[in-house]
Amino acid sequence: MTKKEKTEINPDNRGFYGQYGGSYIPELLWANVEELRTRYSPIMSEKSYTDELDRLLRDYAGRPTPLYHAANLSRKTGAKIYLKREDLCHTGSHKLNNVLGQALLAVKMGKKQIIAETGAGQHGVATATVCALMNLPCTIFMGEKDTLRQKLNVTRMEMLGATVVPVSSGSKTLKDATNEAIRHWINNPDDTYYLIGSTIGPHPYPDIVTKLQSVISRETITQLREKEGRDEPDHVLACVGGGSNAAGAFFGFIGNGITRLTGAEAAGEGADSKKTAASINKGSMGIIHGSKTMLLQNKDGQVTETHSISAGLDYPGIGPLHAWLSKEGLAQYLPVSDEEAIEAAFDLTETEGIIPALESAHAVALLDKIDFKPGAVIVICLSGRGDKDMETYSNYFEGRSRGILPADNHQAT
Amino acid sequence: MEKSEKMDEYRGNPLMQLLQTKREKLISVFFTAGFPELESTGEVLSLLEKYGADFVEIGIPYSDPLADGPVIQQTSQTALANGMSIDTLFNQLDSLHGKVNIPMILMGYLNPVLQYGVEKFCARAASAGVSGVILPDLPPDEYKETYGEIFRKHGLHFIFLVTPTTPPERIYLADSLSTAFIYAVGSSSITGGGKSGIYSTDFLQRLKEMKLSNMHIAGFGIKDRESVRLAWEYSSGAIIGTAFMKKLIESGDPQKATGQLMNDLFG
Ligand SMILES: Cc1ncc(COP(=O)(O)O)c(C=O)c1O
Repeated sequence: MTKKEKTEINPDNRGFYGQYGGSYIPELLWANVEELRTRYSPIMSEKSYTDELDRLLRDYAGRPTPLYHAANLSRKTGAKIYLKREDLCHTGSHKLNNVLGQALLAVKMGKKQIIAETGAGQHGVATATVCALMNLPCTIFMGEKDTLRQKLNVTRMEMLGATVVPVSSGSKTLKDATNEAIRHWINNPDDTYYLIGSTIGPHPYPDIVTKLQSVISRETITQLREKEGRDEPDHVLACVGGGSNAAGAFFGFIGNGITRLTGAEAAGEGADSKKTAASINKGSMGIIHGSKTMLLQNKDGQVTETHSISAGLDYPGIGPLHAWLSKEGLAQYLPVSDEEAIEAAFDLTETEGIIPALESAHAVALLDKIDFKPGAVIVICLSGRGDKDMETYSNYFEGRSRGILPADNHQAT
Repeated sequence: MEKSEKMDEYRGNPLMQLLQTKREKLISVFFTAGFPELESTGEVLSLLEKYGADFVEIGIPYSDPLADGPVIQQTSQTALANGMSIDTLFNQLDSLHGKVNIPMILMGYLNPVLQYGVEKFCARAASAGVSGVILPDLPPDEYKETYGEIFRKHGLHFIFLVTPTTPPERIYLADSLSTAFIYAVGSSSITGGGKSGIYSTDFLQRLKEMKLSNMHIAGFGIKDRESVRLAWEYSSGAIIGTAFMKKLIESGDPQKATGQLMNDLFG
């Protein structure tokens, strides 16, 4: 692993991490993004902002989340495995960390309404939650396909008072929900804050979301020091959709020369199949949602439809920070298939009594893919809990108990 | 001094020739290449020329058109399903050389052009008789540092958009980098009009008073006689997109759609 001077990772003044990032947006969006770009840093370093955010993270979100020593899983694998329990965050995932920070920013900027996109619905739920708390009107754009496969979260958002707009353009998933949110922002520039849910989009969004999620690795360092007497784990594993939980889990360890950072990309039915979402492994450099990054596209530069069993990872791009970390050899990104993720989810449930989100299950599945020394200290970012995925799990579970699963069939023959 | 240099590079450019002789009451129509049929491009171009459009904007369809409303999203999606691509479009334009004389601008999103290769894109556009290019998501500073030279070398105009929320210093930047004209987006909305659907004549008036080196032409949300009249009063011309594509979606017949559009606007 490349050794880097241990300084904080920041994009350059135009929002680039190396050659990735930037702000490729139509002029119609420029003033909105420029206002955010000039105001986010000063506001986010004000004491009144950080005090309020710290208070909310502690008392409302329930931070710090535990760094749990998963003894059973450790025994099974021969490593020393810690789970960073973002699933225990209020609303059930790491998404709340980002939403609290951006909603406070929006209020400080004088914005009166919040819009957001969502894939699995976790970001939508977190946004609707904080909008209920802060009494802000809230509109969530969600691909029609995702409203069906994450129904529980649609109900949660509506109960929280948000308007959920199903998006039927394009592939009807996260990328289209993001397009629609951006279009809405163009049409409502004055009082609307676009609260993006991952380390994607035009500068300064990837930086804002990375900084807000970096609380994950900050806490991990403190907790690891207490439990292991050291600041650096040997490995950190996280799943990558747009890349926010991974950015947060990696942030404090980037380039420290000790910790190996590995992201799990959703391979869908296999990285070499057409039904995949593995942007770094199977994509090429392109532009999506205002950011230059690794992208699944055809030879004509049209963004291709992706597939993942997990709605939160079903995205053709990846945050520019990760494209850069991969290119620089500061982190590696491995594909994990639908099947492998589900198996990992059942494994974790059986060994530790924790039902993970399908997204997070991709990170757990990395245990079978990385090389580690016996006793190596491995931190897995368990980004969310599995309630929203119970339908998928129960279909699988029923299939498994009736012995009709392909994997079991193989064993039987 | 800059101006005369510009003139040299764009000698023989059909759009330049048009704008040297006509500086007001211009009409431009946008259509999506490959819609309603893959092979519609030639027919639509001839019709627009015949019905008196001064120049056209040919939309290169893109899977994720961020600045476009439902109508142009739909035409783009159909065009892509029909198999339209940059290469196909250039082949079509090559074969129309000499048959169509209306000045043509290509309008598209940056990603397909980057994948095609900017140098190759410009070379082929120029040899296909294209006059200029609009890429709304290419930032001005990157255009200036990386791509401007390539467009200039091939004698292609590049046109930037400005909106009512673009601050003055940025309007001057767009003006200094644009050749031919600047595209004045009259309302803060995606194509097809936002909440109000009405564009800001205040903004167009403001542009007039800024004494820019390029003329400005108004677009987005122009759909009827009244909006054309206002565009003409406060700018050098009117660009019509969604209103035409709507008619083309409804009738599926370029002849009918063009006739109806021109009748709505001028009949
Ligand atoms: C639990 C969970 N983990 C991970 C993700 C993926 O997002 P990101 O890559 O931004 O962390 C999501 C997105 O919906 C999620 O709900």
